[in-house]
Amino acid sequence: MILVFIEHKNCVLNKTSLEAITAAQNIAKALSLKVTVVIPCDKDCLLAQEIAGYDLEKVIVAKNEKLGTYTPDGYADAWEQVIKATNPQYVVMAHTYQVRDFAPKVAARLGREVVGDCIRYRAENGKLVLSRRMFLGKLDADITVGGEPPYFITFQSGAFRGDNAAKGSAATETMDVTVGDIRMTPEEPFQEAKASVDLTKSAVIVAVGRGIKSQENIALAQQLADVLGADLAASRPICDADWLPIDRQIGSSGQTVAPKLYIALGISGAIQHIVGMKNAGTIVAINKDAEAPIFDIADYGIVGDLFEAVPVMIEEIKKAKG
Amino acid sequence: MKQVANKDAVLRISSDEKWINESDIAMQTNESDGYALEEALRIKEAKGEGEVIVCTLGPQGAKSVIKDALARGADRAIHVITDNSNRLSPFQVATAIVDAIRDENADLVLTGLQSDDASYGQTGVILAEHLGIPHATIVIEVDRSSLNGSIRIKRELESGWYQWFNYKLPALLTIQSGISQIRYASLKGIMAAKKKEVRDVTPSIADFPSAQTIQKVYMPLKTKQTQILGDGDAKKGAAELVEKLKTEVRVI
Repeated sequence: MILVFIEHKNCVLNKTSLEAITAAQNIAKALSLKVTVVIPCDKDCLLAQEIAGYDLEKVIVAKNEKLGTYTPDGYADAWEQVIKATNPQYVVMAHTYQVRDFAPKVAARLGREVVGDCIRYRAENGKLVLSRRMFLGKLDADITVGGEPPYFITFQSGAFRGDNAAKGSAATETMDVTVGDIRMTPEEPFQEAKASVDLTKSAVIVAVGRGIKSQENIALAQQLADVLGADLAASRPICDADWLPIDRQIGSSGQTVAPKLYIALGISGAIQHIVGMKNAGTIVAINKDAEAPIFDIADYGIVGDLFEAVPVMIEEIKKAKG
Repeated sequence: MKQVANKDAVLRISSDEKWINESDIAMQTNESDGYALEEALRIKEAKGEGEVIVCTLGPQGAKSVIKDALARGADRAIHVITDNSNRLSPFQVATAIVDAIRDENADLVLTGLQSDDASYGQTGVILAEHLGIPHATIVIEVDRSSLNGSIRIKRELESGWYQWFNYKLPALLTIQSGISQIRYASLKGIMAAKKKEVRDVTPSIADFPSAQTIQKVYMPLKTKQTQILGDGDAKKGAAELVEKLKTEVRVI
């Protein structure tokens, strides 16, 4: 059996959990296993019914009054008990900041470690070989895990598609768990004063890199974004120069996105950028340098001056939209 | 603090295809570990007392990480010497470090968020579990005025969200790059470093059956066929592209 973690805040789902469900369903098919999900909550979680609409064996709400707000101590205690009660082969989670915080603790407590941030898997002789990025994305590595189950795996955001999660109907069950001392006191989460953009939800992204040359020229990219109904994003040098705020940054030190369409304007495609956007459905690159690595991952490329191409695109899109 | 390949180094895969060839490339202190040291120094300065001990695990060559840390202001160092550190799993690394630092009874243990080579991102958390102390990951600010048997820290959440937490000491924090500006080592600091204590530890590292093992490293796969539009004419390419966006990608 595979256990999947459902992440939520006040019973509002974190969508990457659906990607984890998809991953687990695929692995379950390959290894002839069943999938059960776990939702830690302080009540009979409002999410349980929604999640029970997927093709799963069971939805377990791990319930304790101390699980209303996330803490690593609370979640570790809850997970330890659920795992001991259910004996999973695999524990599959999305590689979110919250999972990075508590999953290694749970694993360590059970004498295990986490194979983290995986991008794909294959099944060999009934066990998984997992692939993950290393060396800041410059190399991939195939990983195996030894010893007895459970094996802990987290998948990178975008490695699987949440809308591919198979629907069905699952039984729901509440498991009362005990939670010991919580050694940390959380305050309320907050957003920094500046407007913050969640580019992970964008369907279309227009991103600019060094090739945009000056802050004034960003307006041109913004026009293209506007006619496409897209969000504007950037590579790191643009945000370091304060031409766009840091919450627009895509890449290893910024956001990781997987929109339907990603248009890279004047972005050479340093690996730190590519790791943040390579899972886009369609990638368009416009760059003067035919050797720029961005063309390695692009579906469509224009080798040429973006200041010639973009105004034409804007006009043609307006025409096409009538 | 960990020694890793320099960010700009051209990486070549080692002959056994299980790591990179580190013998002929520049090495550096892992970025977020450098920030962890800086935060430790600033906490000590804010408190006006205390000692900053730096610990690294790695081969003799990792001494340069220690020298650099001592020159920046760390008071003394522990070097857990291993020749095969890239073959150790995070659980083994954390266990070896715990054995080396447990008796120091540190009030605060700071690590980087993750390494820029293997990027396991869990050594700090496993350390905390083994030491029996609470932890916080991805810490982007420390309220240094809060220090009094407890500490108030700000964690980075996703999508521009943050959250403050209060911890009783001892505690372990994994530090995000960019938490503060890293200082340069002064000439005085470099001279003073030569007199500081470095304790070498030779760990006995047990087999860990549940370890993750790198079977093979390789260049990321190229999966795409790129259609180049416009034959070098950017305007023509732009018109063709919009047509593709309409008929093939269907976003217009």
